[in-house]
Amino acid sequence: MSTQLKSRERRPREASAAGGHNEDGVTLSGVSRAYRDRRGEVVAALADVSLRAARGEVLAVVGPSGCGKTTLLELICGLQQPDAGTIACEPAVLMPQRDLLLPWLSALDNAALALRIAGDSRGRARAGAGTLFAELGLGGFERARPHELSGGMRQRVAFLRTLLSGKGLLCLDEPFGALDAITREEMRDWLAGALVREPRTVVLVTHDVEEAIVLADRVAVLSPRPGRVLAELAVELPRPRDPTGPAVVALRQRALHALREGAKQP
Amino acid sequence: MRRRVLHALPAIALALALVGVWEAYVDLGLVNPIVLPAPHEVAAEAWNNAGLLAANLELTAQEVGLGVLLALLCGFVLGVLIHLSPPLRRAVYPLAVGSQAVPVALIGVLLVFWWGFGVLPKLFVIVLICFFPVVVTTVDGLAAVDPDQLKLLRTLGASRWQALRFGELPAAVPAALSGARIALAVGVIGAYIAETSTATSGPYAGLGHQINADINGLQTPRAYAAAVVLFVFAIACFYTLALAERVLAPWANRSSLSSTPYGPTTRGENR
Repeated sequence: MSTQLKSRERRPREASAAGGHNEDGVTLSGVSRAYRDRRGEVVAALADVSLRAARGEVLAVVGPSGCGKTTLLELICGLQQPDAGTIACEPAVLMPQRDLLLPWLSALDNAALALRIAGDSRGRARAGAGTLFAELGLGGFERARPHELSGGMRQRVAFLRTLLSGKGLLCLDEPFGALDAITREEMRDWLAGALVREPRTVVLVTHDVEEAIVLADRVAVLSPRPGRVLAELAVELPRPRDPTGPAVVALRQRALHALREGAKQP
Repeated sequence: MRRRVLHALPAIALALALVGVWEAYVDLGLVNPIVLPAPHEVAAEAWNNAGLLAANLELTAQEVGLGVLLALLCGFVLGVLIHLSPPLRRAVYPLAVGSQAVPVALIGVLLVFWWGFGVLPKLFVIVLICFFPVVVTTVDGLAAVDPDQLKLLRTLGASRWQALRFGELPAAVPAALSGARIALAVGVIGAYIAETSTATSGPYAGLGHQINADINGLQTPRAYAAAVVLFVFAIACFYTLALAERVLAPWANRSSLSSTPYGPTTRGENR
């Protein structure tokens, strides 16, 4: 199965618009980005952000609402260009905050969308997505329409669609932001399991510090707008991690402290 | 089946009530029956002229069917082209709006001069009248696609054409079908206009042509009988299309699942 997925990585069309190619992981150096809001005023979203995730590493980015986290991911995916600084990364794919499943496609066809885009026929795309679909706990829901799925199931399908794009770098934007607390916890464990099965470089944007520490190898804390890196914490804990364990709680305190300090600054 | 009958009950009741008022209005002598014949007279006339009405309906139905189909095709393609090319939008939109103000009688002679007494001039008139709502709803449907959806397709590696194929076109189908409903509803009166403004040769010239000839010949009951046939035909067309919508865009019509805080809706929302 994983060999089948790897074979997709050699598709020539996958060259991303973002910066250099054939890089391992992702490196942002001194990236700044401002945009004009609806009233035409310039809003600085990110200021001098430098981050790095090695290949196969999970980097979590936490910060208050509106600190430019979504902008950061769109920059990495090449949907926006930075005003200053450079971004070097392997081809990246975005999993947006909302699942954005296509209502006219079944769950399996939604998961296989990237394969269709890469040129596979409907049948081949279904076959290519089917194995992983079942292995990641979606078996039996192949033909369900998105509106028939629960919020958690929809996010699973959306994640699978992202995974099957064959790109090495996944940019996850608040993937569980819209879910209730219990489903959120389930999904966190599910994602941890999925990444063990299908290792990828991941940039995970979230405002949930606990989620960041349970899932990530490193946690970057951003300040309120314009986003700057306040602290970077290495999470060198064995997996699976207990969110109530002392080591996780201690790291959580450090991250929250950094967030509070950042909020105090003008 | 029983549910269907119950469902249609309000419509049947209202129609019967209106026919009753009409009948009373004429029977009480409030209007000259040559100006407005009573419903029972119209019904008798329809029964006696069933063959003629059927033959004329066949012709008119063909015009409406072909004309609306062509209008859908032209309208949808034009809508997509306008969506893809802003300069084309600026060039074509004003002309499309203006085309709706062209008095058909004026160009009817020209159309007959070009294409003769056959079906072609009628089709042109019907397309002219019907394509506009399809263009407008298609363009709006395409423009209403969630920009985040397009971003997502782009990071999945979709080309412009693939974004159109996998994202925008299916999303625009329900809107285009709404345009088709309007087109079909005006398509029937469009056929009447087409038949009365372009001459036809042959034994049967369509219901519209028959209505005009009957008015001039003071055969008002038969004209009304033909009008009733057109009336029922328009309703049948509309609901046939509603059925087709369920097949073509099942995700857009989820009446059984969605309801408003004020009771059930007939049209489901998109989610």
